[in-house]
Amino acid sequence: MPDKAPIPIPDEAAIGARLAINSESTERLLCGFVQNEVRKVGFERVVLGLSGGIDSALSAFLAAKALGPHNVLAVMMPYRTSSPESLADARAVVDKLGIQSKVVEITAMADAFIAQSGADTNKRKGNIMARTRMVVLYDQSEDFGGLVLGTSNKTELLLGYGTLYGDMASALNPLGDLYKTQVWALSEHMGVPEAIVNKPPTADLWVGQTDEGELGFTYRQVDEVLFQLVDERYTEAELIERGYNAEFVHKTARLIASSQFKRALPVIAKVSARTIAREFRYPRDWGR
Amino acid sequence: MKVALAQVAPKLGDLQANLGKHRELIAQAKEQGANLLVFPELSLTGYFLEELAYHVSLRADSPELKQLAQEAGEMAIVVGFVEETPDYHYYISGAFFESGQLKHLHRKVYLPTYGMFTDLRYFAEGERVQAFDTSFGRCGLLICEDIWHNSTVSILAADRANYLISINSSPGRGVVTGMRTLGSSDAVEMLNRMYAQFFTSFVIFCNRVGYEDGINFWGGSEVIGPDGESLVKAPYFEEALVCAELDPSALRRVRINLPLLRDEKLELTLREYNRILKERFHA
Repeated sequence: MPDKAPIPIPDEAAIGARLAINSESTERLLCGFVQNEVRKVGFERVVLGLSGGIDSALSAFLAAKALGPHNVLAVMMPYRTSSPESLADARAVVDKLGIQSKVVEITAMADAFIAQSGADTNKRKGNIMARTRMVVLYDQSEDFGGLVLGTSNKTELLLGYGTLYGDMASALNPLGDLYKTQVWALSEHMGVPEAIVNKPPTADLWVGQTDEGELGFTYRQVDEVLFQLVDERYTEAELIERGYNAEFVHKTARLIASSQFKRALPVIAKVSARTIAREFRYPRDWGR
Repeated sequence: MKVALAQVAPKLGDLQANLGKHRELIAQAKEQGANLLVFPELSLTGYFLEELAYHVSLRADSPELKQLAQEAGEMAIVVGFVEETPDYHYYISGAFFESGQLKHLHRKVYLPTYGMFTDLRYFAEGERVQAFDTSFGRCGLLICEDIWHNSTVSILAADRANYLISINSSPGRGVVTGMRTLGSSDAVEMLNRMYAQFFTSFVIFCNRVGYEDGINFWGGSEVIGPDGESLVKAPYFEEALVCAELDPSALRRVRINLPLLRDEKLELTLREYNRILKERFHA
């Protein structure tokens, strides 16, 4: 971007009100979702990666309330460059909820991947860390007898701001239809520690990384645009006409489209008359 | 006149489990002295079936339905199921049984395909909206999306139905502020009240609960009197069997005060509809 002038948000208050959620209904709906999706497949427990960030903290709160704290295992998986505050914030969540927890240091594992695979950029290393954590979580899931609880929110899913088969891998995802700003609101409602709600979001894959720094806009800004494009079905032209920065609107729309593959199963070549997911269509709950 | 609403969470695609639950609730409702027990849309199968629809279908004269009707005895029941016809069309149907007899079969007329819905991909469309007589009065039966088209309710009112039975699998969505619960539940509650008041009739609304593939159903089943007053309201999101005592004499009192149905101009409506049909489609 040529200059970093602040991106204006027209009618901020009005859109803010439309993005606001009924926290009570949302909490009830999501706790019911976790209970139902876990028990329906014969489980009682979940495992989740607890980073010290708000998404995994809120997921832990929902899971603890839905299943009872003893049925939730939080796995903290620091890498050597991970910020110590992240681990401290994660511990605060564990203490507050009384959930089970475990620290699995990933430095040796990830470094072995990085060295053997020759990963020499932040992006490659970051993806390796995210996928190493996935491997650990699924292993812990087998040991603990719990499903892996995903923690991706709607903002990151729409922008493709996540690692495929890394942090995007899970059995069930309670936050995937909530924007980041809605995650903040629900977190405050459920009593997630203030230090976590108020700190700048970060994937914490390298020192000094923040989501908003890397994306080039704030979550409040992008949520306003995403919400209007996706939920309210306004067109890009309409948003620009109402005063949104054109470059920002186009960039957001491009990110949604170009990350569509991350939200779909691997594409299957059609050969037969009844292809999986094309004519062979069954609900995920089939047989449950 | 006692009406019971079975706000259940059907097990998706598991006919046997759902039949068992129906039998339990029939026994409970009989014990409570209900005259009518209403189950929600597709109560025997669950809603988002996709191709499972073809695994769990029943004929309207199937032994499974007959058995439920017999167990209900004199108590009338409404059950929701996937109906297979002898020529292999599949409908989302609601059956009204009384004293072991099938008194009425309604096939869902409006099959939504917008947003999250795919009904018309798997099912045939019903082609009739007709009121029918029962031991306690004249009824109309509609299924979920049908009530989003006020023409269906208008037809039933014109056909002299005093009791509108609406069976639903209404998904919960829209967790916005300003709503009592959800966007979708607020909207349906408004429709129900509106129909009761517009048509000075009892509205018997049964919705399901539970989750299918992450989609929740909000429950909140309700009976509303002809004056628009709520007679019973089931909880949101939880299974429940709730009962309401209906006073049929309310119909008389409300309609003397508010003779809207008496004054309804059917011929004028028909004339105008015919004109519109001609102008829009046969010009």
